[in-house]
Amino acid sequence: MKAGNRTTANTAATVMAHDRAPARRLLVVLLALLLLWPLFAATDFSLRGLLQADSWRAIAAFLRDFARPDVQAEFLQLTALAMAQTLAIATLGLVAALVLALPLAVLTTRTLSISLLGPAPRCDYCRAGRALVRAAAMLLRSLPELIWALLFVRLFGLGPAAAIAAIAVSYGGMLAKVYADISESGALEPARALLIAGAGRRQTLFYGVWPSVRDELLSYTVYRWECALRASVIMGFVGAGGLGQQLELSLRMLNGHEAATLLLAFMLLVLAADALSALLRWSLRA
Amino acid sequence: MTPAFTTVPTASVSSLALQIAGLDLRLGRGAQSRAVLSAISLSVARGEQVAIIGPSGAGKTSLLRLAATALRGDGALQVLGQDPWQLASNKRQALRRAIGLVHQAPPLPASQRVITAVLAGRLGHWSLAQSLLSLWRPADPAGAFRCLQQLDLGERLYDRCGELSGGQLQRVGIARVLYQQPELVLADEPVSALDPVLAARALEVLQADCRARGATLIASLHAVELALQRFPRVIGLRDGRIVFDGTPADLDAERLQQLYAGDDVATLPVPSALSVNAVAAGCPT
Repeated sequence: MKAGNRTTANTAATVMAHDRAPARRLLVVLLALLLLWPLFAATDFSLRGLLQADSWRAIAAFLRDFARPDVQAEFLQLTALAMAQTLAIATLGLVAALVLALPLAVLTTRTLSISLLGPAPRCDYCRAGRALVRAAAMLLRSLPELIWALLFVRLFGLGPAAAIAAIAVSYGGMLAKVYADISESGALEPARALLIAGAGRRQTLFYGVWPSVRDELLSYTVYRWECALRASVIMGFVGAGGLGQQLELSLRMLNGHEAATLLLAFMLLVLAADALSALLRWSLRA
Repeated sequence: MTPAFTTVPTASVSSLALQIAGLDLRLGRGAQSRAVLSAISLSVARGEQVAIIGPSGAGKTSLLRLAATALRGDGALQVLGQDPWQLASNKRQALRRAIGLVHQAPPLPASQRVITAVLAGRLGHWSLAQSLLSLWRPADPAGAFRCLQQLDLGERLYDRCGELSGGQLQRVGIARVLYQQPELVLADEPVSALDPVLAARALEVLQADCRARGATLIASLHAVELALQRFPRVIGLRDGRIVFDGTPADLDAERLQQLYAGDDVATLPVPSALSVNAVAAGCPT
């Protein structure tokens, strides 16, 4: 019994000495710092501006103006118009993206592949086609919408057309990938059950895939619409119209009153979009 | 590459619903792959009704999926007189129209209505325009209702699949195949989620339908007594091999013991005195 106790005590000490987790955690933290330091240095991060009185005075004046937003009827009208334009850009852009994304998704998803059943003797030329379409979708989404907007401003001139085209192209590629992924995770079995009963791909799309993924797809699309709203404001800064363009003008003039009004309008818009998408998603679930 | 069929002495190829010779199936890739079926040889005549039994993991589902052309193995396979993997894609889809697979857990979208799920059985025969129109206004509610009614589900016609229980969904899956009216019916544990009375009844509906249409039925069943009672031919699978193929009378207690050796859930008792009313077959008009 005594010997047994001693053994137990010894074993306990040995076991407890074997906790390697703290050392491992320290190593992970050190590694993370080691990796982050070059990134930090590469960005040329500096706090010098914060220490200069001039920068504080300028920002203070600007912020004081913020407390009294510009509420003249003329400017409010301008703001309302810009809001409507931003809303229109986001919505039209997303609809165009949808038109682009749906065929791309249908062409690339493996859910609707008949040759993958079995799998059938390889169809090299279907595979090449699918890879080509997938590469095209990847190309579309590889550039952020701001870059597309800069390109399209050259093409269409200043104005909302460039922003709509930019959203259509970049979101089209993004939606195509996500739609294809959603259908592969949620509709594979129902679709294949129809395909092995002799149904065609388009029939399977409507009878097997759509009812399986409808809710998730709509909910994701509404979320993307919210993102498009934010993006269209940013694209305004490169001259693509809407609230963003007005905001850029006011900020450049250091007109805090106007900037405050515009920012409030933007927040209102985003909150409204948020509420609308919540409502839509709630009604889908019900 | 594919082994040739040894000549079939008694029947010509076209009178066979299914012919398999020296077929192996491996699933998984590379080093991870494992043999699921080995050296399967099997002939099923048109109009025959065959039950497949065996312990879980024996390869029953794989064998059925192989015959349904959902999986492809190494070896010779002819379904309804055709080698599916030698056919062009559109011809293969045409062959698949004549094959109906009842899934153990039917993969039906939760938001789809029962009527749509049943009517989807004949998509292979419908044009795209007809299929789309039927999503707006169901093309054949009467046909879908008749198939469901045989399985006591008529009143769920317009409900969504997500509102149904597992057993009810399984019967919707059977109704879809009844509506499809395939020449070869492959049923993977078609009644596993049903209570014994309902199971015998659903099986009788499926069997009567096949009998009336001259269609072939191959069903895997974990309820051995159900298989022995209701099928003139029983195939025993174990570890991916066929270890028995004959009449229920030939499958004595000792052989059954061997088939299920080491398996705890061997023979599930099924009430012997089941009164099943004969059902009219052929639900679609």
